[in-house]
Formats: sequence, structure tokens, C-alpha cells
Amino acid sequence: MNQKYEAVIGLEVHAQLSTITKLFCGCSTSFDAQPNTNVCPICLGHPGVLPVLNKKVVEFAIKLGTALNCGVNHKSIFARKNYFYPDLPKGFQTSQYELPICGYGFMILKDDGEVEKKIGITRIHMEEDAGKSIHDQSGFTFIDVNRCGVPLLEIVSEPDLRSASDAAVYLIKLRQIVQYLDICDGNMEEGSFRCDANVSVRLKGEEKLGTKTEIKNMNSFRNVEKAINFEIERQIEILEDGGLITQQTLLWNADKNEAAPMRSKEEAHDYRYFPEPDLMPVVINKNWEAEIRKLLPELPEAKRERFIKQYNLPLYDADILTQSKAISEYFENTIQFTFDYKLVSNWIMGDVLKILNERKISISDFSIGPQSLGNLLELISTGQISGKIAKDVFMEMLLTKKEAEVIVKEKNLLQISDVTKLENIITDILQRNNSQVKQYLNGEDKVVGFFVGQIMKETKGKANPKTVNELLKQKLNSKRPN
Amino acid sequence: MLPYKSHNEKITLLKNGSLDLVENVKYFLSEIEKRKSLNCFLEIFSDDVIQNAEIISEKIKTGKAGKLAGMVIAVKDLLSIKGKRMTCGSKFLENFYPIYTATCVQRLLNEDAIIIGKTNLDEFAMGSSNENSAYGIVRNPVNEAYVPGGSSGGSAAAVAAFQCDVAIGTDTGGSIRQPAAFCGVYGLKPTYGRVSRYGLTSFASSFDTIGAFARTTYDVAALMEVISGYDEMDSTSVKYDVDNYSEDIKSFKKFRIGVTSSLIHEAYSPEIKSKWIATIEKLKLLGHEIVYIDLPHSEYSIAAYYILTTAEASSNLARFDGARYAKRSNESKDLSEMYINSRSEGFGAEVKRRIMLGTYVLSSGYYDAYYLKAQKVRRIIKNDFDKCFKQVDAIIIPTTPTPPFKIGEKTENPLEMYLSDIFTTTANLAGIPGISIPVGHSENGLPIGIQLLADQFNESTLLQLSRQLEMYNYL
Repeated sequence: MNQKYEAVIGLEVHAQLSTITKLFCGCSTSFDAQPNTNVCPICLGHPGVLPVLNKKVVEFAIKLGTALNCGVNHKSIFARKNYFYPDLPKGFQTSQYELPICGYGFMILKDDGEVEKKIGITRIHMEEDAGKSIHDQSGFTFIDVNRCGVPLLEIVSEPDLRSASDAAVYLIKLRQIVQYLDICDGNMEEGSFRCDANVSVRLKGEEKLGTKTEIKNMNSFRNVEKAINFEIERQIEILEDGGLITQQTLLWNADKNEAAPMRSKEEAHDYRYFPEPDLMPVVINKNWEAEIRKLLPELPEAKRERFIKQYNLPLYDADILTQSKAISEYFENTIQFTFDYKLVSNWIMGDVLKILNERKISISDFSIGPQSLGNLLELISTGQISGKIAKDVFMEMLLTKKEAEVIVKEKNLLQISDVTKLENIITDILQRNNSQVKQYLNGEDKVVGFFVGQIMKETKGKANPKTVNELLKQKLNSKRPN
Repeated sequence: MLPYKSHNEKITLLKNGSLDLVENVKYFLSEIEKRKSLNCFLEIFSDDVIQNAEIISEKIKTGKAGKLAGMVIAVKDLLSIKGKRMTCGSKFLENFYPIYTATCVQRLLNEDAIIIGKTNLDEFAMGSSNENSAYGIVRNPVNEAYVPGGSSGGSAAAVAAFQCDVAIGTDTGGSIRQPAAFCGVYGLKPTYGRVSRYGLTSFASSFDTIGAFARTTYDVAALMEVISGYDEMDSTSVKYDVDNYSEDIKSFKKFRIGVTSSLIHEAYSPEIKSKWIATIEKLKLLGHEIVYIDLPHSEYSIAAYYILTTAEASSNLARFDGARYAKRSNESKDLSEMYINSRSEGFGAEVKRRIMLGTYVLSSGYYDAYYLKAQKVRRIIKNDFDKCFKQVDAIIIPTTPTPPFKIGEKTENPLEMYLSDIFTTTANLAGIPGISIPVGHSENGLPIGIQLLADQFNESTLLQLSRQLEMYNYL
């Protein structure tokens, strides 16, 4: 990026809420249903139907508002956003315009140097999702109305972000918060967490904002970062060439790695917002709000600090373990079965996350439960198996879904810590490898590794490495001439 | 001729066996057939009604029948009844069959009423003469050269022509009271939120109400008692106890009644004025106190009304786009052509006029000057009424500025047509109830109605006064 310029970025995030039913009717929100089956006269927009607000959505909005330090408006109103599209059955989207449920708030971001940045949240409002249009190659468009009326929260940030990576950090953190609050699954690929970016650039030191463009259709954190960088560079190039930025909406194309303007016809909307006459103002009772605040779960930052203090984990570990609520819960459930917190942390950050990434699954789909992992690690802690054997057992557990103890028993993997037995093996090996013994006595310490290897081979890796090391050194040193 | 005047008499006759419900229903079917020229009905449920009459007769015999057992009701074709075609008076919905039943219709059915058919109306309830129906005009039963009023013209005319016992109508700016006055029947528009709108095709959501037409106050009361009350499917319906109207009307309570000179100059017809004055005199004779009040902002009501209702209508009617149900034009190359052609072919002229007006007043740059200003006017008008109702229990004004006009007389001049709502729109702006009471006829024999307005949820006051005036006429 040209150092003369700075970018000014604001994000609009749509979080699809994980309520059981839709915003204004009793239909299910599940999105793996057959097309047009989660529907009723209300979400189909038939003549004469009226919306009835799902109270859970208000509760979710208050939760998020509280987590983002927003003011909750005790009276807010719905509005109609009017436009024609076949997957919008009523011909308007019921949203909020003036008087949204949450007003100004903020989020604190820390960059690598732990410098704090305050990102303003302009507003949070409730609205309904539209359906899906599926365009066929033959030129037909199919409409799936299942998604119509699924509740969304739109979170609008102030233009306080200054780089694409800032934007990505903000977004990751926002997703972390909605997941912790259990109000949205945060899945960007499946579209339950969507982001549009408003981007402009200006000369450093300039107060006035440049002309902004809006980028849509970015369905991963990586794409958000790429698309914003693309747009920043594009705008700087235009300005450097003496041109002017046109205010427009661009669509990000992840395959081509570029953003192209939407057809102007599609964006030439006058939404004719006006207050939704079919719904009463949303009035929030102060006691109810206080109740919701009380029930607010521990948020990521608080949990991270607690992990450092309570489990004596390094910041790095605490950070990774608390990135997802599910992982942090997995950790806390695992340590119910073994006491070595750091060992558990190492295994989750290493082996467990590796498998999740490889298989692209979430922790909830991971076949080894916290108790099973805890029992496995407990075998290491108590010296019954070595860490190395444990890795094999772990893979075996994934494969066979058997418990660690069963595998260890079946495969006879219990560690040999019996001193007499190990002493006999060591004596035998030293006798058979006289030349290496001599090398050791001549000061070549590295042959110790050779002996350990031989012992492990002999015991099929089951020898307790700590005992082996001690006994081996003892035996070798006893061979030194006095 | 019917052997009863109102439902309490009818139920007695049905119970003691001197009236056969099937014969009664057949009588109404034959009356409909006899005066087909009136064009009151868009749909007649001939087979259903006879079957239902038999079932309900049985229930009456075994003493298991509901409150409205055997009451034969016509429903304005703006309300959903599952499986029965609903046109809303529009070509757009020529072949539309609702998949659910409106709350208010369901409540009638739960009380064993018999729905005889769906009545004609101005397209999507937009009109004051029933000349805007895609299925032909409705004629005034008193004189077929005249309009029955609108938009619930079919309901009002059906009641006046003895084609049913009572009828359901809707009132957004006078669509019950004005046709009630023109056809010489009772018509009550309740408080906004008193009757669930679930299943009523919205014209202007914050104005729409569902009410009743009947030949007696008692029948209005009996019907309103059943359809009123909170419904969880309508968030704008109100949790407020429903009074026992049919009992209340037996009282001879004295009220303070407000008379205002505001707008009265708009009563162009001296006949209306004299009937208005005569009714005030009757009320005095009945012992009510007359108090002079002021509604200083009434003259702005028509303007505010047409801005706000068209704005809401432009949005409410956006769902009729040809994409998912109802009419779709076949001659379209792309999406925008599909919209344009379907809507051009499906909607009539008045509906188009109002959609354009509503779209305009909501457009960016015009919103503040029109919509927002009209909202403020609405608030001021409401405040005027609030002030008045601190002094009086009811207000008496004409229902219409003139007696019924001739078919075709105002079709060329929409503004003049709009002005015929001058006395009725204020109640919808303020959300208050109003009733039109038949008070006699003009020189050439056309019905005239006078309107009483009350504060929110005081339907009982209106019905009591209506009953007293009704009794007075029999004296």
C-alpha cells in the first residue's frame, strides 16, 4: 500500500440467528430442509397475513448489544424496506431503520504489539432474511422460500478500521462473540455470518473522508481481507492517476481475485423506508433487560484471562483455547479427567486441532470426547504409557472409536517401568554392542541415543523413557574404569 | 318476508321449531337469485350453506349450538376463507384460493354462523362507490341507478336486499359506514385493533378495521361481540376486554353528545343537514345532553388520509408481483417485464393511481414533506378527538356529505370521489369507532345515514345510542 494514503473501512455484518423459529412466524429455521418446506402463509407473504415478533430475537439482540457495549433502546421500531425481487415474497423486507434495537457501542481490538484500538459500533438492528434464488443454466430461476423470515442481526461498525487486517481481526472477534453468546453459528461459508465492507482511502492527515465503495459477496475471512486490499489498491491507483472514485457497489469474485461493479440497475434502489404498521414498537422492560444481562455467558476475553490465572497457561495457549467457545469448553471438560493442564492444552492445540483442520470438522463432530482424551492423557501423566505411544493410541482411537485403556490393554502397550526387567534388557544390549560402549567411554555421549533406540526396539517402544535414561547412564558409567 | 327482525328472535324461532333453518337459507339463496342485477355476491356457497344449515339445525335441537347459530352471514371478499376463492375484487386474484382462514371468519364459524358467500367490493377496498370492482358494479337495492357506496358495497347491499342476515365489511376510511348510509342499514366500524385483521387482505394496515352491517342494532352487537378481541396472530389487536354489547344495548343510559360545526359546511346537501339536525333533536328528546365541541383540524383529514393510506397500500400490494401466486403475465421476456406486465394487466385504474401516489409520497426527498407531515397531522387529529372525549361520550356528524349518487356520476373525477369520504376518514385517522345509523330518506327516496363516533373501545356507547334511536323510530 502506498504510504501516502490511509484506508477508512466500515463493516456491515449480518449474523443469522440460531433461533428455532423464524422472526415473524413459527416455521423452522433449519437450512437443510427440502426447498419450500419450512413455509407457511406468513413467510410466503400471502394476502392477509401479519407478522408476530419472535421474542427470542429481541433477547439475542440485547445479548449482542450488551457484549458490544451498546446502548439498548427501550423503544425501537420496525420499518419496511421496499424493493421487488422474486425471493422477497412481501415485496418488502421487514427491518429496522430509525430507532434500531441497539445504539452506539464499541469493540476493543488489540494488534500484535497489544496496542488497543477502539472500533465504534454504530448500531445493531433486527431484520428478516430473504429467500434464495437459484439460477439454472437453462435460464430458469428457482425460488426457495425456506430462508424467508429467518432472523438476522445487522451489526454496523463506524468507519474506524484502517486496514484489511484490522477488518479481519474485527470480524473474527465479532464472530467469536456471537458464538460465545450462542446466538449464531458464525459459519461464513454457509452464509450464516455475512459481511459487506465500505471502503474509502484518503491522504494521511486528511480529515475529510474519501468517496466510498461497498464490496459484497465475500464468504470467508480470507476473502474479506483480500477484497478490501484489492479495493484499497484500486482506489489509490485511480487517485494517483488523477481520477475520481465513483460511489458504487462491487461484487467480490473469489475465483478471479477481483471485485467488479454490480450492474447499476441492481443498485439504483429507493427503498422507501417507512415504519412497519403491522408491528407495535418493541418496548423493552428494564427488568427483562437486567435478567438477560445477568445470564450473559463469559465472553472470550474474560475467559482467556481466567485460563491464564486458573490453569496457569501461557497467553499463547489461553488465546488459542478460547478462540472458539466449543474448544474452550472441550478443554475445560477434558481437565475433569486429568490434572496436567499444560499437557491437555498441548494436545488440543496440536493433535486435536490438526485433525479438525485436516478433516474440516468442528469440535462437536470430533469422535474423541473430552473424557476419552482426558483418560488417554491421564495414562501419560501417570507414566503408564509414553507420549510417543500415546500418539499411536490416539490415532487408533480415531480409527476404532475404542477407549485408550482398551487399546493399551489389547495391544499390550503398557509402559515397562519395572527396573529389574529393564536392567536385564540393558545389560543384554550393552553386551551385544561392545564397540558403542567403548565409543561412549571415549566421550561420545551421542551414542546414548543409539542405546535408547535399541532398548525401545527391544521393548516395542513400551519402555518408560525416563527410567531407561536413568538406568542406561547408571550402567554405562559403571563400566568406566575407576 | 322474514318472520324475525334480529338474531335473538331468529334463535327463538329456530329453537321452538317454527322456523326451519334450511328453508331460511333457501329463502336467502332465492333472494340473491331474484336480484342478481344487484351483483352483491362474487361467490355463493349454495351447497355448503344447505349442508351447514342441516348440521346446525341438529346442534340447535341438541342444545349444543353456538351464540350465532344459524345466523346467515355474507363476508366481504377481502377476507380469507380456506379453499374458497378470494378475488379482493381484482383480476389479479382471479384464481386465488387461500390456504388459511381469517381469524374473524373462524370466530363466526366457531359460533355456528353460516357463511353464505363472498361479497363484491371495490378492488382491494379502494373506492367509495363499488364502481372499481373488476367483477362489475354493485347497484343500490333502493334504486338500481344509484351506487351502494363503497368499498363494502356488496355487503351493504346484500343486507339491505335481504340476501343474508348480516354481513362483514371492512372500513379503512369509511368503507362500512358510507355504504351502510347509502343502503339504509346499520354499519359499525370498531376501534382499530378491536377485531383481528389476520386474514384480511391489507389495504392500509394502520387504518384497516373489520366491522358489521345489519338491519338492526342488536345484530351488529351480537356479531361484534363474537369477532372482537385480542388475537395472537395480529400484533396490532388489543388485549382489552370486550363488552357484552347485546346486553349493554338494553340500557337507556343518558350520554353527553358532542356536536361540531367543523366540516359541517362540507355537507353540500341540505337534506343531509336537516337529517343531522333532526337526529340531534331526537337525541335531546331521548334525554341526552348536547355539548358543542370543536374539531379544528378536520379539514386536513382527507389529505392526510390519502397520503398515509396510499403509502401503506403501495407497500402492501407489492406482494402481487406475479412471481409466486395469482396472476402472472405470460408475455414477458425478463423479470422486470414480468413485474410490469403482470401488474399492468392485473390491477385496475384506481389501484394503480393509489400505488403511484403512495410510491411517490414515500420516495426519498418527498418523505418528509408528505408522509412525515401527514403522520403529524394524524397525531394532531387524534389529539383533537382525545380532547373532545374528555367532554363528551360521543360525537354526532353526518356519514356522507350527500345522499347516494348516481352510477357513473363521479367516476371521471377521483378527487370529488375522495371528498365523499370527508366525514368518515377522521375516525380511521384517530383509530376510534364509528357507527352509521339509518335516519330516513331523501326526497327521492334514497337512504341517509348519520354517524356517531366514540372514544377508543367505546363501541358499547355507540351501540346503546344506535339502539335508542332505533327504538325512537318505532315509537
